[in-house]
Amino acid sequence: MNPIYLDNNATTRVDPSVVEVMLPFFTEQFGNPSSMHSFGNKVGLALKKARQQVQALIGAEHDSEIIFTSCGTESDSTAILSALKVQPERKEIITTAVEHPAILTLCQTLEKDGYTVHYLKVDGKGRLDLDEYAKLLTDKVAIVSVMWANNETGTLFPVEKMAEMANAAGVMFHTDAVQIVGKLPMDLKSSKIDMLSISGHKLHAPKGIGVLYLRRGARFRPLLRGGHQERGRRAGTENSASIVALGAACEQALEHMAYENTEVRALRDRLEKGILAQVPNAFVTGDPDNRLPNTCNIAFEYIEGEGILLLLNKQGIAASSGSACTSGSLEPSHVMRAMGIPYTAAHGTVRFSLSRYNTEEEIDRVIAAVPPIIAQLRKLSPYWGENGPVTDPAQAFAPVYA
Amino acid sequence: MWEYSEKVQEHFFNPRNAGALGDANATGEVGSISCGDALRLMLKVDPETERILDASFQTFGCGSAIASSSALTEMIKGMTLDEALKVSNQDIADYLDGLPPEKMHCSVMGREALEAAIANYRGEVWADDHEEGALICKCFAIDAVMIEDTVRANNLSTVQDVINYTKAGGGCAACHEGIEEILTKVLAERGESFKVTPPPSPVAASGKMSTLERVKRIQQVIEDVRPALQRDRGDIELVDIDGKTIYVSMKGACSGCQMEALTLQGVQQKMMEALGEFVKLVPVRATTPAPGLCNPK
Repeated sequence: MNPIYLDNNATTRVDPSVVEVMLPFFTEQFGNPSSMHSFGNKVGLALKKARQQVQALIGAEHDSEIIFTSCGTESDSTAILSALKVQPERKEIITTAVEHPAILTLCQTLEKDGYTVHYLKVDGKGRLDLDEYAKLLTDKVAIVSVMWANNETGTLFPVEKMAEMANAAGVMFHTDAVQIVGKLPMDLKSSKIDMLSISGHKLHAPKGIGVLYLRRGARFRPLLRGGHQERGRRAGTENSASIVALGAACEQALEHMAYENTEVRALRDRLEKGILAQVPNAFVTGDPDNRLPNTCNIAFEYIEGEGILLLLNKQGIAASSGSACTSGSLEPSHVMRAMGIPYTAAHGTVRFSLSRYNTEEEIDRVIAAVPPIIAQLRKLSPYWGENGPVTDPAQAFAPVYA
Repeated sequence: MWEYSEKVQEHFFNPRNAGALGDANATGEVGSISCGDALRLMLKVDPETERILDASFQTFGCGSAIASSSALTEMIKGMTLDEALKVSNQDIADYLDGLPPEKMHCSVMGREALEAAIANYRGEVWADDHEEGALICKCFAIDAVMIEDTVRANNLSTVQDVINYTKAGGGCAACHEGIEEILTKVLAERGESFKVTPPPSPVAASGKMSTLERVKRIQQVIEDVRPALQRDRGDIELVDIDGKTIYVSMKGACSGCQMEALTLQGVQQKMMEALGEFVKLVPVRATTPAPGLCNPK
């Protein structure tokens, strides 16, 4: 049985044609683009093309606004640390409670160094309160960093509006856009976003390549200093093969943008409806009306996600979970907790994230596979009776330490 | 993905004794729903012989929690209550051919459910004294609460102290930042500030140390590490010193332990720091057979 990959928010396969494009840069076009000889020259031209392909996908005004980095995390750290460096008098950061660890862990570390971090709360559907945000925008804030799309639920934040509000208050704005780039169209030149992070491997380019978009004129200090690469804004010899691959992947993403928002979205909806129609005590987390077209996060109450993943994996189906066990931490996903999802449901969340490579036949196989797995695990659960949850689950099973 | 043994996978995919036990006369419920693991253990005990005639479980938890529950019920069926109480969490993990360090708490939960069920049968109140914190040391599966409590109880102030007392940080050393953070916090409560360990007692660079002083230092290092090993039912003894080679004997649970090589490495490192010279620690096989593996908590 062919495996079914529904974990594209974690990482994606590199399209074979993209691999094809990058291969010569290991063997024939291996030169250093900084070199004077012809080995380097062609590589330099290839990088220029890739930069323009990225520029086209995100609607940047200039190709020089694209800085190639090693990953989304590097882009995030570069953006935030740069903003702090250029504005030493500003000691506050605004972000959200549901960011990716690439932002959250950095912010927690900065708190230890004396910075004040405001974590915007979300409601039950994972939405922000823009009034709360507006009140925090003062001249003490060095940077706002808000993800464009949530990796777990796919919920979209109104970052364009938030960037305008920040801009009006004289505050720099960064967005971690690794989940959205390539899935929804964007036009950065008509926005007030100062910095934006991209991760190659989320859009069918290889791992180990990322981008920091830096609006022309936005004050900046590099994270890595050294050679003059990336116009002195990110030193280190260019990862030319991966940059070329990222360019090609961006071009393909642009070509498939409509497909992503019609066909992939329809498959996602089919999957979600198919599962919910058969499985009781299950619900979609996040904001179903305002989310990425490929993402569906379902909470299966009274069971734990790792078990679901192991049983799915046995049938060749790959997904991921927000349970504590799958992350190696003690708490379930911080995103689920921030939305106030009860523990009995948060541990049982499963994220299905699709790509343009999924087929209807695959989705139907998953729809058939999930209900028996949920039933099987619920049979083992102390919260589940014959045909449904036990009456008053919290009372019926109250273990000694809680 | 976790590295689950074949046995863990097998017990997860085909759990034994799952579901409610109609005529159970002993029930233990433990776990924490916030952590995502909770277990109800049900026993049918023969009142005459106190023998466990049947056992079943219901578990909300991950693959290894379900496998540990399943293993536990298989292990204790047919035992008397007193025999069952001798089953340790390490026994459960061993039955499953081991658990990843992050998952050892699943076997602990099984052991606690057993205690709770037996207390329930005997009309006693079972109180849990186990509080779990974030896992800090992945080599030895030691969590933040354990480290913090030990630092407090023993007035520890350096990472080396923590390694000596808990073993946390004594393996790959990647968690030293986490240990330093705990030390900083607890030391602040005592009104002190955390300082990186000053290098151990300065040894004259010329290396001129009397033989007597050298032997004393070697003995001191051995004495310093013994408490930590004894806590895990192990021990170490100095056997002989032959130039750069120091012979030791690993005792009790340390002997034949999976972690023996790692422990020796750590002691050798301390020895070299104390002496300021290269020495080699060589274990001399104990004559008594190894009773089992080290219990990495």
